[in-house]
Amino acid sequence: MTKRFALGVFEDEDVLLHAIDNMRGAGVKIYDVFSPYPVHGIDDALGIARSRLPIAAFFYGMCGLAFALWLQIYTLGFDWPMIIGGKPNIALPAFIPVAFELTVFFTCHGMVITFYTITGLYPRFKTPVMDVRSTDDKFVMAIELDENNSALPKLTQLLRENGASEVNQKEMTKK
Amino acid sequence: MQHVSAIREPLITGGKTLHDVTQDICYQVEAKPNIRWIAAMSVSLFFLGIFFYSVYRTLWYGIGEWGLNKTVGWAWDITNFVWWVGIGHAGTLISAVLLLFRQKWRSSINRAAEAMTIFAVICAAMFPVLHMGRPWLAFYVFPLQNTLGSLWVNFNSPLLWDVFAISTYFTVSLVFWYTGLVPDFATIRDRAKGPIAKFSYSMLSFGWTGSAKAWSRYETVSLILAGVSTPLVLSVHTIVSMDFATSVVPGWHTTIFPPYFVAGAIFSGFAMVLTLMLITRVVFKLEDYITLEHIALMNKIMMITGSIVGVAYITEFFIAWYSQVEFEQYAFINRATGPYWWAYLSMMSCNVITPQIVWFRRVRYSIGWTFLLSIIVNIGMWFERFVIIVTSLHRDYLPSSWAMFSPTLIDIGVYVGTLGLFFTLFLLFAKFFPVINMAEVKTILKYTVDNGPTYTGDHAHHAPATHSVTPGVPASAPVTYDKHD
Repeated sequence: MTKRFALGVFEDEDVLLHAIDNMRGAGVKIYDVFSPYPVHGIDDALGIARSRLPIAAFFYGMCGLAFALWLQIYTLGFDWPMIIGGKPNIALPAFIPVAFELTVFFTCHGMVITFYTITGLYPRFKTPVMDVRSTDDKFVMAIELDENNSALPKLTQLLRENGASEVNQKEMTKK
Repeated sequence: MQHVSAIREPLITGGKTLHDVTQDICYQVEAKPNIRWIAAMSVSLFFLGIFFYSVYRTLWYGIGEWGLNKTVGWAWDITNFVWWVGIGHAGTLISAVLLLFRQKWRSSINRAAEAMTIFAVICAAMFPVLHMGRPWLAFYVFPLQNTLGSLWVNFNSPLLWDVFAISTYFTVSLVFWYTGLVPDFATIRDRAKGPIAKFSYSMLSFGWTGSAKAWSRYETVSLILAGVSTPLVLSVHTIVSMDFATSVVPGWHTTIFPPYFVAGAIFSGFAMVLTLMLITRVVFKLEDYITLEHIALMNKIMMITGSIVGVAYITEFFIAWYSQVEFEQYAFINRATGPYWWAYLSMMSCNVITPQIVWFRRVRYSIGWTFLLSIIVNIGMWFERFVIIVTSLHRDYLPSSWAMFSPTLIDIGVYVGTLGLFFTLFLLFAKFFPVINMAEVKTILKYTVDNGPTYTGDHAHHAPATHSVTPGVPASAPVTYDKHD
């Protein structure tokens, strides 16, 4: 499937943020914005909802804690109880370090795996990009076009008015 | 419009634009390795050879190749282990703790410092694994049901806590570092010319495009990783110190160990960061990114943690006297005046007295002095661990089993060998990976750039960067920030 995009190229993050506000105000639906670094305030400008990754991270952490406590209590308390230094089999204070480490382990790896999965990040042979300069020094706003590029002249003018230094067109093939 | 504060020192000098940052950092990845890199790599590979030979001797002939004896059963191996783990801690401190405290200056150094963490932990892990004697059975440290029956590991043992702490620390540091690298790999991928480079960096960059949503999640992930790494880094050295503190050996059995070890770890880690950064900024011409201001700030952290360590040394002595425990008192008298007095003296002079020269502004801002100091601190911190471990063990409760320890050539070989391993890994990293976090430096650029004549600080004498243009890459049109304001 081939999609067509109008690409507005910006030189500065503040100009970009104003442009996003104005374009959305004019009723333009922005497909995505590509930037070389995280632009502060872009989430609000684009209306991106706050990420729920922290909730996921907390959930993974709790799983790790539960697993660590189960592992230690089950192995030393029930499966093969041994008397070590005359201490009780289930010596909870001694289980704190491992419980803490596994909580961190599960939080971190669970969250990072979730992040890579939902963002679609995995090793690829080739990466299609809208504009290669967007990982260098340009801020690129992509707006989806229909088959006949009917909105292009109006979009070009609007992007120019809002400080875009170039307006390009790009076709992306997605399998 | 670029904002130049009259009060604050600029974090990045030389009036860099976004494109300059990309050029300067990608330059060393794209260019052929320079002669200094090749020379450094040759030396590192030589020491790596020593490492492999010493490991071969240790594994083939057994632990008897080391200088250990019945009384001193832990010596250089555990000294080196603690030394390397401690060095690693500065990387996490820079990447996590300074992120939480919003210290923007960390941006130029966090990538290399995190790499240092990972390589230092790899070196550290060599020692306990080699000390097992039969490293192919190393999986016994994990709670796996084995073929001999359902015998489990002992979760009451600090040595097992160490297994969990070090493995968690290593893997968390690795994904934190790699996640930060992904956007920068994408930058290199989009500039790559050759098919091999295009392919490799496409694989490494995981298809990163820099879309707004991805950046938003990326920032969330970074913040949470920093949040969990901060208590993690404190817990790791706390647990390392518990290897000693939970025993009943005089000189080890003290409650002060966890904070004392953590401070020492940050101290030695910053020394190593300084050593590496001072070399890296010269070899890769990054003087505009790692400025004298960065060096001065790191010097200050080193001086503070060094002083904390000094207070801990003195507190230990006071508590030994105050406790009225004869064995404890002897352990400390023996440390300072016994047969290992020279190790104690090296530790005190390198760690407590020498770092105090950082109070002088001239020293803080001097590259030569800082380099010398960073080496001295690394030596001092090695002696600290040696003093704690060997002088406590060699004379304990029973005078009939008192003994001395002296290292064999293989002991020394494994230690200097890990230095070779560390520098080999670091040099490979510095050649093929972006050594400075480009995306993060770009976020701070607009607000901290040194924009020529308006700025009149006392260090404004940096030579303009002349290396920023890669042959064959067309220079972009100059970016004029004030065009639309």
